[in-house]
Amino acid sequence: MDFTLSKEHEMARALFKEFSEKEVKPLAQEVDETETFPRETVEKMAKLGFLGIPVPKEYGGQGCDPLTYVMCVEELSKVCGTTGVIVSAHTSLCCDPIMTYGTEEQKQKYLIPLAKGEKLGAFGLTEPGAGTDAQGQQTKAVLDGDEWVLNGSKCFITNGKEADVYVIFAITGTVEKRGRMQKEISAFIVEKGTPGFTFGTKEKKMGIRGSSTYELIFTDCRIPKDNLLGQQGKGFNIAMHTLDGGRIGIAAQALGLAEGALETTIAYVKERKQFGRTIGAFQNTQFQLADMATKVQAAQMLVYKAAMKKAEYASNPKVSYSVEAAMAKLYAAEVAMEVTTKAVQLHGGYGYIREYDVERMMRDAKITEIYEGTSEVQRMVISGALLK
Amino acid sequence: MKIVVCIKQVPDTKGGVKFNPDGTLDRGAMLTIMNPDDKAGLEAALKLKDQFGAEVTVVTMGLPKAEEVLREAMAMGADKGILVTDRVLGGADTWATSTTIAGALRNLEYDLIITGRQAIDGDTAQVGPQISEHLNIPVISYAQNIKVEGDSVIVERQFEDRYHVVKAKMPCLITALSELNEPRYMTPGGIFDAYSKEITVWGRADLKDVDDSNLGLKGSPTKIAKASDKVRKGAGEKVNLDPDESVSYIVGKLKEKHVI
Repeated sequence: MDFTLSKEHEMARALFKEFSEKEVKPLAQEVDETETFPRETVEKMAKLGFLGIPVPKEYGGQGCDPLTYVMCVEELSKVCGTTGVIVSAHTSLCCDPIMTYGTEEQKQKYLIPLAKGEKLGAFGLTEPGAGTDAQGQQTKAVLDGDEWVLNGSKCFITNGKEADVYVIFAITGTVEKRGRMQKEISAFIVEKGTPGFTFGTKEKKMGIRGSSTYELIFTDCRIPKDNLLGQQGKGFNIAMHTLDGGRIGIAAQALGLAEGALETTIAYVKERKQFGRTIGAFQNTQFQLADMATKVQAAQMLVYKAAMKKAEYASNPKVSYSVEAAMAKLYAAEVAMEVTTKAVQLHGGYGYIREYDVERMMRDAKITEIYEGTSEVQRMVISGALLK
Repeated sequence: MKIVVCIKQVPDTKGGVKFNPDGTLDRGAMLTIMNPDDKAGLEAALKLKDQFGAEVTVVTMGLPKAEEVLREAMAMGADKGILVTDRVLGGADTWATSTTIAGALRNLEYDLIITGRQAIDGDTAQVGPQISEHLNIPVISYAQNIKVEGDSVIVERQFEDRYHVVKAKMPCLITALSELNEPRYMTPGGIFDAYSKEITVWGRADLKDVDDSNLGLKGSPTKIAKASDKVRKGAGEKVNLDPDESVSYIVGKLKEKHVI
């Protein structure tokens, strides 16, 4: 067992770090304060291939492994949680299902521009009445000649109005399963600008305020028959499998937020003086930092392990990374919340002020315990596998 | 068009500086980066590659660990990397370095050689022009803008408060300023590609038309009497005075220290 990163991964990390420090960090506070989607940063990332890191080169991507992608989200999130989730939602929730389930035509038409960053992707599963209970969907798709007609709405969609390509889930019928009638869910690719596809309200959020979170509305929205993603009726499996990957991305975002808060706090406690000493000289501070660093390190191991398990899946589709992804997200998200909260505490009154980055990091961290499967859902996934 | 860019791995000024007992830098023990002027030179070459489809080869001389800087250059877009490394070449000053690099470059075909103006560790600005002398080709130093027209280069050469426009026929050598451009980032895929490529490693035996007496520490006319890290200054003294009082205060201090 080797815990050292390869030279390639070390260099990739250095690249992501340099980019984050130079291009992302200077904007983080403003992006949060003004709730502005960092379009220019997204364009810069597109140019450097950051929007297609794990996509094979023949489909316009960088051909790297999931670990490289995870390190990108981690480094971006260290300085800006908003930028981290933009890349994560685009890559894990839109590129990945098209790469995994798309036809060759769909890959040519959608995956290539997505991986090159010419287009941005999003994913629509959640509905007002269907969060953790994905089966509670109401959005319907009916086949009418050569077109599917979509009606319904999706809420809390990351990259909402800014995306160009959306992976959308809808009910396409009912099926009998173990004597009970169940909704048959299918996945579709929907392009922005399709008549009948509009946007509802923009959500005002506690954190990741620069990320564009919108309601998507479908009113007799007609899409080509060929835009069905994967087999009809396999939508639920596609959604769950996609979220397994998405959770690794969010785990990386949570990890980055925790690392960012820890680094910021270490620098702060070396400067801040009380009672004639830096607060880093007090044992309380030292013990808090030791606990924070230990948990961050443990979270990193879980996140990297999940990414490596996903890499195994690439060569052997029988491998499941569902439990590893759930553990990584559960732990990293809770560590992010704990570490950012402690970071604010160690900053004292200044930590509560917007001018200080830890205030934003704490607000950004909370969502990692909620989206792409709450911490409770992760516990269900993990225990479900234990008690199978 | 074939372009050779000479690059150097230098200590990262953010990290500490360490010395060998003989006063030369202990390069193995320090954090390193690609020398900023060299990186601008590489970017200029990569721009010409984008424009004309030039082939870009990067060359460095150093410890085996200097391979990293070649990989970085290749991850930015350079096509080939050559590492010149050999124990007998260690401790070289600018003369021995330029002799070594010229000996390596004699094995290559080139239209243009680009080096950085100077490295942030030695700050001599001598190696580039010396290489051109060894190879008997023209040099244009302090380039702040480079254009290629036909078989010539037209370079804006920085000069005090103005610049000269100098034209030279290729093959020639240009020394680049870091102000020349904003070097591109590597790409994630480029990094993995760079590590999958072979790096050519040359030793003393591969150098063409060079004499041993001009190589390494022994072949270096520069003798280092003493070297030390910069002495950390104290916190200093802060005073809050109005402008008139400030002038008298400063003049008083300068007199006290016998500066004036």
